[in-house]
Amino acid sequence: MYNQKVIDAFSNPKNVGEIENPDGIGTVGNATCGDIMQITLRIENDIITDAKFKTFGCAAAVATSSTATEMVKGMSIDQALKLTNAKVVEALGELPAQKMHCSVLAEEAIKAAIEDYLSKKNK
Amino acid sequence: MDKREVYLDNSATTKLDEDVLEAMMPYFTEYYGNSLSQYGFSRKCAQAVDDARYSVAKAIDCKPVEVYFTSCGSEANSWAVRGGALSGRKRGSHVILSKIEHPSIMNSGKWLTQNGFDVTYLDVDKYGMVHEDELRKAIREDTVLISIMLANNEIGTIQNIPALAAIAHANGIVFHTDCVQAMGLIDVNVKKLGVDMLTISAHKFYGPKGVGVLYVRSGLIIDRLINGGGQERGMRGGTTNTPLIVGMGVAIEKAVTETDTNAAKITLMRDRMIERIKNEIPDVILNGHPRQRLPSNVNFAFNYIEGESILMRLDLEGIAVSSGSACSSGSLEPSHVLLATGLPVERAHGSIRFSIGKHNTMEDIDYTVDKLKVIIAQLREMSPLYKPQDRVKEV
Repeated sequence: MYNQKVIDAFSNPKNVGEIENPDGIGTVGNATCGDIMQITLRIENDIITDAKFKTFGCAAAVATSSTATEMVKGMSIDQALKLTNAKVVEALGELPAQKMHCSVLAEEAIKAAIEDYLSKKNK
Repeated sequence: MDKREVYLDNSATTKLDEDVLEAMMPYFTEYYGNSLSQYGFSRKCAQAVDDARYSVAKAIDCKPVEVYFTSCGSEANSWAVRGGALSGRKRGSHVILSKIEHPSIMNSGKWLTQNGFDVTYLDVDKYGMVHEDELRKAIREDTVLISIMLANNEIGTIQNIPALAAIAHANGIVFHTDCVQAMGLIDVNVKKLGVDMLTISAHKFYGPKGVGVLYVRSGLIIDRLINGGGQERGMRGGTTNTPLIVGMGVAIEKAVTETDTNAAKITLMRDRMIERIKNEIPDVILNGHPRQRLPSNVNFAFNYIEGESILMRLDLEGIAVSSGSACSSGSLEPSHVLLATGLPVERAHGSIRFSIGKHNTMEDIDYTVDKLKVIIAQLREMSPLYKPQDRVKEV
């Protein structure tokens, strides 16, 4: 059901953890649905220099968290805001149909973290 | 530690015994006749089916004419619930099931509701036990059928069926029990259980997939599920599946002979596994009953993490298990059985069933727990719900 890329990303995930005093933090999903994703970002001059995640969820949720955090590192926040779940899935090859919502979660978590950064910045 | 192949999903299905396969083989290519045909060529087939029917009857302590072969446990369950309810329609339209039945029973209940019946689903306690008082309270004037499983497929809880069936009979109600998980592991005897109908399935006790049995007490007439020719005394149509029925016969004979030795061996592995997990992995909950439990069943909720991730990680180590998480079933709802025991949704998502079989060894168990410890710790480190400083508070 999962392709090798997804299994690799799940079994050796990158960027696991939490950035201390992050510039942006986004937490989406809930335990009832079986998925919670938390992404923390380090942002310098509107460029994402580091990204870490913590995920409660299935293999697809972990794999998309790992891939999405890898993708946004080095991006400007404008670029990262344009990152869609389709692009995350594309990087992983494919996901089973019933797992697509996990990739949406990754997109939403990154957006939430950037919004958190922007709201702090504009204060 | 070398990588092993460890199959701990024996409640899903078991490995077919070689001698069962051997007994079946001639009936595919050599004695392939239709067992209903009159000529000598088919006589051997008819005889083999009779022998298997006799073996089943002997195993569960009933008469051969009370044994009906079906294509699987789900068919037998569907037939018992639909057919049992429909045949009772003149007397009433109320049926009682428990909240932890197999999907084949739960979905038959749904079908009955869509077809003019009223279905009550009995609550269970935190161990998955149906209480006699709950059943008494649920019984109505128009109750025609009660179906409660002997042993649960997910958490292994064993019900007190003789007491529950006695309550049904005191009220003139037909009682069915699903014994698919129980056969081969604990005593399954229609007289001791005191039931009117009972389901078993061969592939749960080292027989072939694709053959089940519904026991129907003589004198009880239920509506047909499958219309056809005169097979199974006119009660279940479809060309008799001689090889699979032969497999059922041989497998059940073996199952009965081996029940005590297999159960003893499997229980030792189960108890060691439960003890090791409890002692070596913090923040776990044993799902199911501490004592009234199938010898084969170990089911734990691993707090803060999600079941499919655990299942996939174990799979990468060569270990096959199943999970109560929604993610592995494709729906968003976690196991209805775990929720019925009152387990919070997120903990139901983080539950894993290990089901031990006669081919497992203590080394399999130790290998699994050793790998599991590492996997649980790693996944918790990855979980936003896991805050070690909160651990004491959370439990």
